[in-house]
Amino acid sequence: MNYEVVIGLEIHVELATKSKIFCGCTTKFGGEINTHCCPICTSMPGTLPVMNERVVEFAAKAGLAMNCEIANFSKMDRKNYFYPDLPKAYQISQFDLPICKGGYVDIEIEGKTKRIGITRIHMEEDAGKLLHDQWEKGSLVDYNRCGVPLIEIVSEPDMRSPEEARAYAEKVRLILQYTGVSDCKMQEGSLRADVNLSLRPIGQKKFGTRTEMKNLNSFRAILRAAESEIQRQSRVLDEGGVITQETRRWDDDEGKSYAMRNKEEAHDYRYFPEPDLVPIELTDETINKYRESLPELSHERVKRYIHKLGIPEYDASLITASVKTADFFDDTVNSGADPKTASNWIMGNLMRLMKEVNTEDIPFGGEMLHELIGLIEKGAISNNIAKTVFAEMFRTGKTPLEIVKEKGLEVVSDAGELGQIVDKIISANSKSVEDYLGGKQKAIGFLMGQVMKETKGKANPPMVNKLLRDKLELLK
Amino acid sequence: MRRIKKRVLLESQKLLSKVNFLNIGKLTIKEAADALQNKEISVIELTEKFFDRIDNIDDKINAYVSICRKQALADAAEAQALINEGGGGIMTGIPMAVKDNICTETIETTCASKMLGNFKPPYTATAIEKLRNDGAVLLGKANLDEFAMGSSTENSYIKNTRNPWDVNRVPGGSSGGSAAAVASGQALFALGSDTGGSIRQPAAFCGIVGLKPTYGTVSRYGLVAFASSLDQIGPLTKTVEDSAIVLNSISGKDPKDATSIDSGIADYTEGIKRGVKGMKIGIPRQYLSGEIAVGVRNKIEAAIDSYEKMGAVCEETSLDLADYAIAAYYIISSAEASSNLARYDGVKYGFRSSNYKNLLDLYKNTRSEGFGAEVKRRIMLGTYVLSSGYYDAYYKKALQIRTLIKNEFDGLFKKYNCILGPTTPTTAYKIGEKTDNPLEMYLGDVFTVSVNIAGIPAISIPCGNDESGLPVGMQLIGSAFSEKTLFQAAYAYEREHPFAIAPEVQA
Amino acid sequence: MKISFETVEYVAGLARLNLSEKEKEMMVVSMSGILEYMDKLNSLDTEGVKPLEHVEPMSNVFRKDVVAESFDRDSILANAPDKEEGAFRVPKIVE
Repeated sequence: MNYEVVIGLEIHVELATKSKIFCGCTTKFGGEINTHCCPICTSMPGTLPVMNERVVEFAAKAGLAMNCEIANFSKMDRKNYFYPDLPKAYQISQFDLPICKGGYVDIEIEGKTKRIGITRIHMEEDAGKLLHDQWEKGSLVDYNRCGVPLIEIVSEPDMRSPEEARAYAEKVRLILQYTGVSDCKMQEGSLRADVNLSLRPIGQKKFGTRTEMKNLNSFRAILRAAESEIQRQSRVLDEGGVITQETRRWDDDEGKSYAMRNKEEAHDYRYFPEPDLVPIELTDETINKYRESLPELSHERVKRYIHKLGIPEYDASLITASVKTADFFDDTVNSGADPKTASNWIMGNLMRLMKEVNTEDIPFGGEMLHELIGLIEKGAISNNIAKTVFAEMFRTGKTPLEIVKEKGLEVVSDAGELGQIVDKIISANSKSVEDYLGGKQKAIGFLMGQVMKETKGKANPPMVNKLLRDKLELLK
Repeated sequence: MRRIKKRVLLESQKLLSKVNFLNIGKLTIKEAADALQNKEISVIELTEKFFDRIDNIDDKINAYVSICRKQALADAAEAQALINEGGGGIMTGIPMAVKDNICTETIETTCASKMLGNFKPPYTATAIEKLRNDGAVLLGKANLDEFAMGSSTENSYIKNTRNPWDVNRVPGGSSGGSAAAVASGQALFALGSDTGGSIRQPAAFCGIVGLKPTYGTVSRYGLVAFASSLDQIGPLTKTVEDSAIVLNSISGKDPKDATSIDSGIADYTEGIKRGVKGMKIGIPRQYLSGEIAVGVRNKIEAAIDSYEKMGAVCEETSLDLADYAIAAYYIISSAEASSNLARYDGVKYGFRSSNYKNLLDLYKNTRSEGFGAEVKRRIMLGTYVLSSGYYDAYYKKALQIRTLIKNEFDGLFKKYNCILGPTTPTTAYKIGEKTDNPLEMYLGDVFTVSVNIAGIPAISIPCGNDESGLPVGMQLIGSAFSEKTLFQAAYAYEREHPFAIAPEVQA
Repeated sequence: MKISFETVEYVAGLARLNLSEKEKEMMVVSMSGILEYMDKLNSLDTEGVKPLEHVEPMSNVFRKDVVAESFDRDSILANAPDKEEGAFRVPKIVE
């Protein structure tokens, strides 16, 4: 039977604050186990939470960037359940009065724009981490991540394919990165998605029973988990079975999901208003201030790049696919580089280097690329040498000039020195010389190449060209 | 440091003769501060005197669960050095007891529960930090009902505290250890916590002054939470003026407690002696009818007469919702408690059962073996009223009634400067008398809980003794941040029934 | 309201309490008594009354996003009943 797929996503994103949501501990990733902790985030008796104001600002900005309505009045609530990664045995979250409601995100799918509704965005705290594998005798608990601020973005069940789910998740990530509220580093778990998926016979209005797949931390996992769940559910339905509403765990290595052990009262969270925190009231004035301070988002930048900077649409969309490359491009152009030259460098060399080491971080600013382009334009280095220098910049973070000097990569423009090399090449390649003299203009290219080879690419090409022609002319 | 101690010792020997004239049992903060500043006694001597008294009589009273002799003597030496330099204030060198649900760094904070038997917090509660900064000396930690749940201190896992007026009777609760320590002269004052009457009721039972400040006046940071929206730390003292003096030290906005407030009141003792002439006092008829002991009613009626004689205008009024306060209180407090006490799971601190095979066993056995019966009952009750399908019927309903109760008080305070009534329906009862009937125990809180529900201040002061010679407590209730009015009214009456040391512990 | 034995079992499960059969029976009696007393609240009409969560009309109490030094790990773990390798230890969890 053919089914229609219905997917909704809950995306958890760690916010880019410096300190945790309710205490001053750092949010820095990594660090020795349990060293980013204090009595508050480890929930010692008598300690109290105090809200980090930037969390509210970031959550509201995320909502504005996703076209949500920002609540003038919202409050924090307790969600009660026992688990070792949750030291208070309740998570401070938001229940009935979230900070953002009713927004949307537009995605591009098969060349068309589709609008995905956002139900709500709320603020909450992250849990700690359980380490299971290495220890035989038990699981270990690390609270370094406990209390890192999160927002949970709940979509409407508007997606109709795994590809749409993936495109939506990617778009959300892009928006958050542009807004500056999260770096969304997937490999550090700072963006995780729960996929809610159900099937219904085509034409049926009523939703089928859904399952929830938890904690998917890559776009690929979202796609594969959704595909796998569609297959599993259709098999069950085709065999006349019924779907059980349950939480499933996706094993990305095996490419399979498993029903999680069902806790008998899994959904009785006994939410109630957090008495230790007072409500959050945002005036329209504050909300407008947040709105005005929103940075330029990706679709706005695409427009500017095309219309103001005159680069092709293809370039613009590629560069804006990551806020890091877009910011880098802006920096390069703002320091004075030609936009098209800059975009060529970014799309070619920079993106290849980033991909090679699988990073989103660029270890130097756009002004460095501008400096490099300047060296080429001045004729101080050749285009080929520039590529080598760029790779070195990426590896070491050193400036182009430093690298050129250190490695002696300056172009040789000394006529005497080059003249000797040209003489040497002419005398060593009599066949090509004859060809040239016999009228084969192309033969000069080979001789040029030999000179460049001899000088390890450092010779000033126009000068070599001129010297060659002059000296060959003399042989006529 | 050593040199300072030596000098202090020499001076204290010189002063020894004068010390003997001080009656430690009746000594107030005010008197002690004067004696210390005038060098009639040294801080170390005073501290030693209190430890001597603890050594002598606490076997009989069981007020303390732990004593911090070494730290106290070190603090005393430091306080004396400050006084010798001509510095220090009224709290410098004043020995105190602290209820054992208020955290003290490196000193066990047990909440009188098996669950936190060995817990040593790596931090100190803001209220205690403030007192110590002002020079107060911590003698030890006082007994309480486990996690402050109870009205008799019989729910302590550690021991039963006894009422200094009759050691066969309860001291009240949950700050029973704090009240008994002050009433028996084993501390100059004590800190307690009040969620539904836990400062005022034991103060009434032990014949001392107990203040529940306006919610937010004293930081809750470091107070082990029972019901976060109701809990307040407050002083238990021998006199009204001492109560104001302690409040001066512990009150104030704390960046670590988002619900704390700057009341804007710089000195709570200011104007305390102004009297009550022209003051309007409301007496809700519900507070003098129903299940109230005759001995209590007589004393309260006598107090009303005294107030009128002093020029106050006393008027009968009505608190229609008084009858609903207990039900609302037990729903709200148990709900919050069920969540606040969920963190005791044997993972991070405190007790862990030795009987478990998996995580669920660990949780269940730890919590079942670590908590006492009353705590379990409140957790069950609180979990139930928050659970799916019952939230609206109980929890939300209780919060709505909370609104109505607050509105009713607000209405009364438009007419009256304060409200007067008994603190408790009876005087102290026998140990074991009510332990079998939790509901009956809860009903003893009938006059105190609505104050916490509305977040307003109230003070309990001694009001004479009943026919069995047991202290009766009178409660004065005010609007939010009207502590100064309460002190003023209480101070005026205090002359009538000043603090008396219980006959059992007169030594 | 009277509550059933099964409800007591369900609530005990939520609260992670192990109660003996006798404790459960006692809990049925004492909780029912207390809840019946609480039912008196139903005699008050609260239609349209706003629930009061915080007694003081305060809002927007925040801290600045400033990093403070974390605690020494030994002090965080000092009270732990079971620890290993700088972490709290619990029985092996199978998800």
